[in-house]
Amino acid sequence: MKKYGPALLIVMLLFGVWELAARLKNLPFIFPPPSGVAVRFWELRETLFLEHLPSTLSIILIGLAISIVLGVALAVWMAASETAERAFYPIVISSQMIPTIALAPIFILFFGYGIWSKVVVTVLITFFPITVNTFDGLKSSSKELRELMLTMGGTKKDIFFKVQVPSAKPHFYSGLKVAVTLSVIGAAIGEWLGAQAGLGYFSRRMMTQFDGAAVFAPVVLLSIVGIVLFILVKLLEKRSMKWRKNE
Amino acid sequence: MRKPVLEFQDVSFSYGGKKPILDQLNITVYGREFVTIIGASGSGKSTLFRIITGLEQEETGAVLLNGEQFKSRHGRTGYMPQQDLLMPWRTVLENASVPLELAGVSKREAAKRIIPLLDEFGLEGSADKYPSELSGGMRQRVSFLRSVLTGSNILLLDEPFSALDAITRLSMQEWLLDQWEQREKTILFITHDVNEALFLSDRIFVFQDTPVRMLQEVLVPLDRPRTQWDLNDPAVLKLKNDLIDQLRNGVKKP
Repeated sequence: MKKYGPALLIVMLLFGVWELAARLKNLPFIFPPPSGVAVRFWELRETLFLEHLPSTLSIILIGLAISIVLGVALAVWMAASETAERAFYPIVISSQMIPTIALAPIFILFFGYGIWSKVVVTVLITFFPITVNTFDGLKSSSKELRELMLTMGGTKKDIFFKVQVPSAKPHFYSGLKVAVTLSVIGAAIGEWLGAQAGLGYFSRRMMTQFDGAAVFAPVVLLSIVGIVLFILVKLLEKRSMKWRKNE
Repeated sequence: MRKPVLEFQDVSFSYGGKKPILDQLNITVYGREFVTIIGASGSGKSTLFRIITGLEQEETGAVLLNGEQFKSRHGRTGYMPQQDLLMPWRTVLENASVPLELAGVSKREAAKRIIPLLDEFGLEGSADKYPSELSGGMRQRVSFLRSVLTGSNILLLDEPFSALDAITRLSMQEWLLDQWEQREKTILFITHDVNEALFLSDRIFVFQDTPVRMLQEVLVPLDRPRTQWDLNDPAVLKLKNDLIDQLRNGVKKP
């Protein structure tokens, strides 16, 4: 509590200012006060949690799962083969210059209004941090340690599993933490552009109805989803790297 | 008894054909010997170890381990590097068991073999600690234990104590001699500390300048067991001064 005290204080202060300004302006349909958002959140709880959250959450989780599988696979391939590294690494890096979000409408055309167009957007956004971090991690293992393994009769496979994979773990988790936050954004934007359900979709629909508080309510829930996922990754990281607590 | 365990026969080596390091070098090290290799930095000491472990291949000549020439020398020597190179994600027990794992020994069997050894290595009660929880001296003991567990009769120690403080260093030297006397091992030890070399070894090889054609060999005129006080013996003191002079000349030469 002591650790997060200052941050908490600033957040409360901001909410206070917001509340005050919103009440003074009195335009709740576009600028609702936090208290209004909270009330609307409560009123809409069933629609939010039962109807739209499952849809968004499945996009996020499916997208992340695909990104992890593909990203780790590509990272391993690039770490194992110099040809693969030279072929893919520049592409992976430069693909970041493409504004994926701008392409999202095309994916909606390609994959329709169902879940898959949103999954594709999410994968495209989260693939990069996972791949690059995992790859850097695999490459970061110490040369001396790899040589020591050789002198002890270790094979390439031994070195991969006993040296490179453990060295890559912390990097993989930092990539995953970035990816998790991005996945929420990816899913929400995908839904904005075309969907039949989901928190992003709902928020946008409420915009057309001039229900300001109901625009914010799903955004609050999206942030909570992001924070919860982040904490989950953090816990997973701690569990799988007990040795790090001593550093 | 005097069976050669390590032989270099006319071994030449250079990095990429450019910088010759060894030139038709001959070395013989016998069973249960303690041999120290001393020389200024960059004199090719570590290269010698890289060749013995098989990380580098000799260009000409032959390297024999226990009288045999191998296609690959990987897995045939116990190498203890300068930095301890313990895996931070593994406990003491797991770090020590790496060579056993590589040899296909099961985890349980490895633990059964290692746990009784922890006492002898001054690591009692540390089996489940991570390297970051250990002192420098203890980390080097784990590293030494790991090299012993390779099962090889030839141990190559590359300046293992250079990062330790003077007092820890002394006790580690005594401890190492103790271990060496108990186990049937041949030790090759790299250092640039003349005192350390004199205290530990039967013979000292002096590396002067590259390419190395012949090693100057010094017999240490001390009996075993030794104590640090034996280094004050006049004959040893004279030897020490001679060695320091030689090393200095080696450095001065451009």
